[in-house]
Amino acid sequence: MAAGFLSSEFVHNYKRNASAIAGSLILVVFALIVVAGPLMVWQNPYDIAQLDLMDAFKPPMWLEGGEARFPFGTDGQGRDVLAGVLYGTRVSVLIGLSAMAMSCVIGTTLGLLAGFYGGRLDAVIMRIADIQLSFPSMLIALFLMSAFGTGIDKVLISLTAVGWVVYARTVRGSTLSEVQKEYIQAARVAGLRDGKIIRRHILPNVMTPLIVVATVQVGTFILIEASLSFLGVGVPITEPSLGLLIKNGFDVLFSGLWWTSVFPGIVIMALVFGINLFGDFLRDELNPRLK
Amino acid sequence: MTATPALEAVSPKEIPAKTGAPLLAVEGLRTWFHTFSGTVKAVDGVSFALRPGEIMGLVGESGGGKSVVGFSILGLIDPPGRIEDGRILFEGRNLAGLSEAELRQIRGRDIAMVFQDPMTSLNPLHTVGRQMDEMLQLHTDLDAAGRRARCIEMLESVGISRAADRLSAYPHQFSGGMRQRVVIAIAMLARPKLVIADEPTTALDVTIQAQILKLMRRQIRDNGTAMILVTHDLAVVSEMADHITVLYCGKVVERGPTDDVIRRPAHPYTRGLIDSIPDPAHRQPRLKQIPGAVPDIRKLPKGCSFKDRCFRAEALCGERVPELVVQGDRAHACHYPLTEGDSR
Repeated sequence: MAAGFLSSEFVHNYKRNASAIAGSLILVVFALIVVAGPLMVWQNPYDIAQLDLMDAFKPPMWLEGGEARFPFGTDGQGRDVLAGVLYGTRVSVLIGLSAMAMSCVIGTTLGLLAGFYGGRLDAVIMRIADIQLSFPSMLIALFLMSAFGTGIDKVLISLTAVGWVVYARTVRGSTLSEVQKEYIQAARVAGLRDGKIIRRHILPNVMTPLIVVATVQVGTFILIEASLSFLGVGVPITEPSLGLLIKNGFDVLFSGLWWTSVFPGIVIMALVFGINLFGDFLRDELNPRLK
Repeated sequence: MTATPALEAVSPKEIPAKTGAPLLAVEGLRTWFHTFSGTVKAVDGVSFALRPGEIMGLVGESGGGKSVVGFSILGLIDPPGRIEDGRILFEGRNLAGLSEAELRQIRGRDIAMVFQDPMTSLNPLHTVGRQMDEMLQLHTDLDAAGRRARCIEMLESVGISRAADRLSAYPHQFSGGMRQRVVIAIAMLARPKLVIADEPTTALDVTIQAQILKLMRRQIRDNGTAMILVTHDLAVVSEMADHITVLYCGKVVERGPTDDVIRRPAHPYTRGLIDSIPDPAHRQPRLKQIPGAVPDIRKLPKGCSFKDRCFRAEALCGERVPELVVQGDRAHACHYPLTEGDSR
């Protein structure tokens, strides 16, 4: 099975696609950061006892006044910027992935039901989706966050409320075309329950486009979360994500203390860039129309 | 219209004893589709009966309601379609009155179906073995080893070699004809009493058609299964079926034993269908065809639906719908049926 995959067209094309390789290398680095980030730095930026206000606003080590203890400088609380970024990346990536998983499960379920049963259920689900799509997702997330208050769980709920629509629409469309096919009729004729037909026969056949949607959506979610946090309605200040780090540094950006904002900014850009590079490759590979 | 290769003659036809209660009796079935642009009476008062082990040909042009009959029997008519009237007696139980749960017990186990296009009637993502196993899991108490043995036995009986290896193959690894063999194997797995075959050879190569038909007939006869063969191809039916029911615009226009109907059709429509079979013995510059097309089933003409295409139509045909006249084992719905002298 593994040997078959390694010699597949997918792997062959991957090896010849420079941007796909670049994208996946970036993602591997970020995966390492998420798994082992805290082990790479000496300071835990969330532990107030480890912070010293005397260390506040130290510049990066290669500038005058910089120290090797803080390679990328410190922020106003004496937090190591590098440590903050590594911890913040974890928060951002985990929020992006969890919100994607939740949207995917909810959106796919609703899309399958709408496509399979049609009728009133379909109409209700899809009209809700249509209405939601007529608002910018940022606006909806902002509205929900200001209603719920800050917190990682609330960010997840807001992102899921924004994100399920894409899956529901994609899955409903594929389901409608799968249901027409004779193997679904054959499953009904065999006496299978609707639930089993949906899970065993339709779901596997509508999954492929979802991989692409899901990959790109992680990047989108990371950006939305960063924007929410930047606006002060995202994650709590005690566990800053990349967006909140940018915001914290932004207040002092024009005083010449640029490093507190710019480094988390570069990291979030690299992360989303890597996701999109790899997502584009997946889209081209998994789209039967481009084959 | 493709010519159907002749099967080698099976004579005498192994027709089971024509006694005992019918396995399936459809009485006055009406399945209508209530669409925005009008009610489509796809099946409008269809009756026929089938004894255990018999093969019945259900014949008609595209859009004649043949497939809807099959799906009505299985209770798989989706809105806007509805069974308006009639009884579907299977072993004495009226399927039209059963709940969805009760129907699920019958589907697959008692009544199976073979579809037209073997390219789409298997799930592309599951192995053949898994799709066969699913049927047995639903309808038998066999354990995993028993189910596997049954699957292998069944694949071998439809002429697939190295059956044990082939269980782990995916549908795309089979050719069209092989897939249809698999589909037939799945249909026969739970030893159903009735198989509904909906145009089972239409999507296949002409050279494969004869093989598949032969295979189906052998499976049917070996297992004592009855079959409804839904097709537009009268040539196929004449080789396979014990008796024929001809549908036109949702109504039965003629019914009777195959040989008898082919030799002396009573309804001009049946006659037209027979005449449009290419006959290598009588080469002709043009194939005979029935003039005109099937009328819009939402706006059927007054009187007989076939009158505009009929060479015998008279004034009466435009006024009254002909009733189905039953004479012994024959029946026809025509005001001016063909008699012996009119036939070839």
